[in-house]
Amino acid sequence: MFTYYFSLALRSLRRNVVLTALMIAAIGVGIGASMTTLTVFRAMAGDPIPNKSRQLFAVQIDNWGPRQGVVIGDKDNLQEQISYPDAIGLMNARAAQRQSAMYATGFSLIPPNPELRPFVVHARAAYADFFPMFEVPFRYGGSWTAADDAGHADVVVIGRELNDKVFGGANSVGKTMNLDGHDYRVVGVLDRWQPTPKFYDLNNNKYGKSEEAFIPFTRAVEQQLGSWGNNNCGGDTIPAPGWEGRLHSECIWIQFWAELPAPADAARYRTFLNNYAAEQRRLGRFHWAPNTRIRNAREWLAYRQAVSTEVRILVLVSFSFLLVCLLNAMGLMLAKIMGRAVDIGVRRALGASRRAIFSQCLIEAGVVGFAGGLLGLGLTLLGLSGLRSLLSDDVNRLTHFSAIDVAIAITVSVVATTLAGLYPTWRAVQVQPAWQLKAQ
Amino acid sequence: MLRMSQLSKAYRTEVVETFALRDFSIHVREGEFVAVTGPSGSGKTTFLSIAGLLEEFSGGEYQLDGVNVRGLNDNQRSRLRNEKIGFIFQAFNLIADLNVQDNIDVPLRYRGFDGAERRRRIAESLGRVGLSARGRHYPAELSGGQQQRVAIARALAGSPRLLLADEPTGNLDSQMARGVLDLLEELHRDGATIVMVTHDPELAVRAQREVHIVDGQVVDLAPQPRLVSSAAAHL
Repeated sequence: MFTYYFSLALRSLRRNVVLTALMIAAIGVGIGASMTTLTVFRAMAGDPIPNKSRQLFAVQIDNWGPRQGVVIGDKDNLQEQISYPDAIGLMNARAAQRQSAMYATGFSLIPPNPELRPFVVHARAAYADFFPMFEVPFRYGGSWTAADDAGHADVVVIGRELNDKVFGGANSVGKTMNLDGHDYRVVGVLDRWQPTPKFYDLNNNKYGKSEEAFIPFTRAVEQQLGSWGNNNCGGDTIPAPGWEGRLHSECIWIQFWAELPAPADAARYRTFLNNYAAEQRRLGRFHWAPNTRIRNAREWLAYRQAVSTEVRILVLVSFSFLLVCLLNAMGLMLAKIMGRAVDIGVRRALGASRRAIFSQCLIEAGVVGFAGGLLGLGLTLLGLSGLRSLLSDDVNRLTHFSAIDVAIAITVSVVATTLAGLYPTWRAVQVQPAWQLKAQ
Repeated sequence: MLRMSQLSKAYRTEVVETFALRDFSIHVREGEFVAVTGPSGSGKTTFLSIAGLLEEFSGGEYQLDGVNVRGLNDNQRSRLRNEKIGFIFQAFNLIADLNVQDNIDVPLRYRGFDGAERRRRIAESLGRVGLSARGRHYPAELSGGQQQRVAIARALAGSPRLLLADEPTGNLDSQMARGVLDLLEELHRDGATIVMVTHDPELAVRAQREVHIVDGQVVDLAPQPRLVSSAAAHL
């Protein structure tokens, strides 16, 4: 009977084109508005590394203490980054299966091709574990090794775009690249990799592109490559002058991630971290009880409020607008269905059960929802292109509309319109055929 | 075929209870052509609605083709209505945006017949009312008499055991009315059981039997002489 009801729905919609167009327009506008904001919200709130988001942990250590009185946006008095001494202490301890200290940096790249002018490259200093830990895909070559970390090797992993720009997309593994006047050997070229949000460093352009070059942390420190990201020093944390002064200060500028596959690993690491902080206290560096924390990637995104309250409110407002549109569509549907009360009465007289009438009307609502969804898709694309023109290139990937978004838009439209059609449908089922036929 | 015993139908409001039918009893045998007459508001149409399972009744018993109707749920009533009853309305009640074939198709769809069976029945019933050539026409393209013939074809398509006609000629001029009545008589001769509600004594006289209703009660079940054809009635 579905195909029969479907064909009846199409006939019914053709019967009153203006009313049908109004219903579809109401739903389309609502879907367009809500899907535009939902698309951006999903990009912001998505799980950037779904396979491992519960196994990767951001590490926090309170190295300022409560006396500092400086709380950086956190209720728990824990800083969002760690200091260099702690980064080195944790790396040397090797308490996790994989771990990496890292920071954002950059340099000027002098291309081997003299026709290209030098340009700035955003980079990340990290340890070799960074790549397998974050499942970074390689197009050519691979990561450097732990020996390269230990040896402060002049090696670099570059991004696909940079490889295209400098080496024309060819396999550049083994070639050299001049960064800030020093030659680095390319050991790997990344494939497309763009975790959104950039969870491993939410301090620096969290919806922006991933870095285009990666070099060993040890080499970056040796080269005194400064942090291009967020640095926090204040009060007692003011560093002594110079690079060495910064390294030995309590300034926080380094992100630290550990891979802890099992809950038991995480529990052990928590203990280790508290012991580490207690040890720092015994050594006279900390003067307070250990205050440490690890949070997995999902918890980290929630803790850092990766999706701003404003965006959440915007989504709420747009879905409220969709609700208003659906209420309008429901009114129109009710008018349309009640206008067909006699037909419904006739069908009942000819043997249609209430369930049959219910199915027929609900399928009609679903068809309206589908058409509204298609219109809504068009309006969503229009809305996203409008947003794109307002956003910088770095973050306009938030407006990427995928096949999943298309499916969501159509599904939301069909389901919401069908739900909105429940009341008109219920009214249709209540039609007393005898009264309708008598009225004739 | 149709047996109602001590049946009542009351419409209640907060302040008043009105009986449309009270202690209403009737027995229509298989193959009978019964005319139900009575003044306006006497309960004729209410009787027809209850007989056609379109309306519930308040008390009494109703058996349709041996099935006790009381206590049936909506699905069971709908199926019974679809299988055993064909309706012919005064206002034809064809669905305007379906063509003739699709109108006749409606009860067959609810019966669950496959496509071939539905096509066969549509062609057969259209042939029976003499409208084989009008299958793709829409109701608005037909005369009143033709529309009523389509309605009869729709009522016949499912091979019902009982035809219920509510003022079937009420919206037709005399010539068209005669044609429709001739058709009903022909169906009756072929064995159909017909219950026709009318307020027109001239139509009632063409039925096999007349049942007169006043104030919701049967007041007269006097047998009428059977008229074999409309021609005979004029002799």
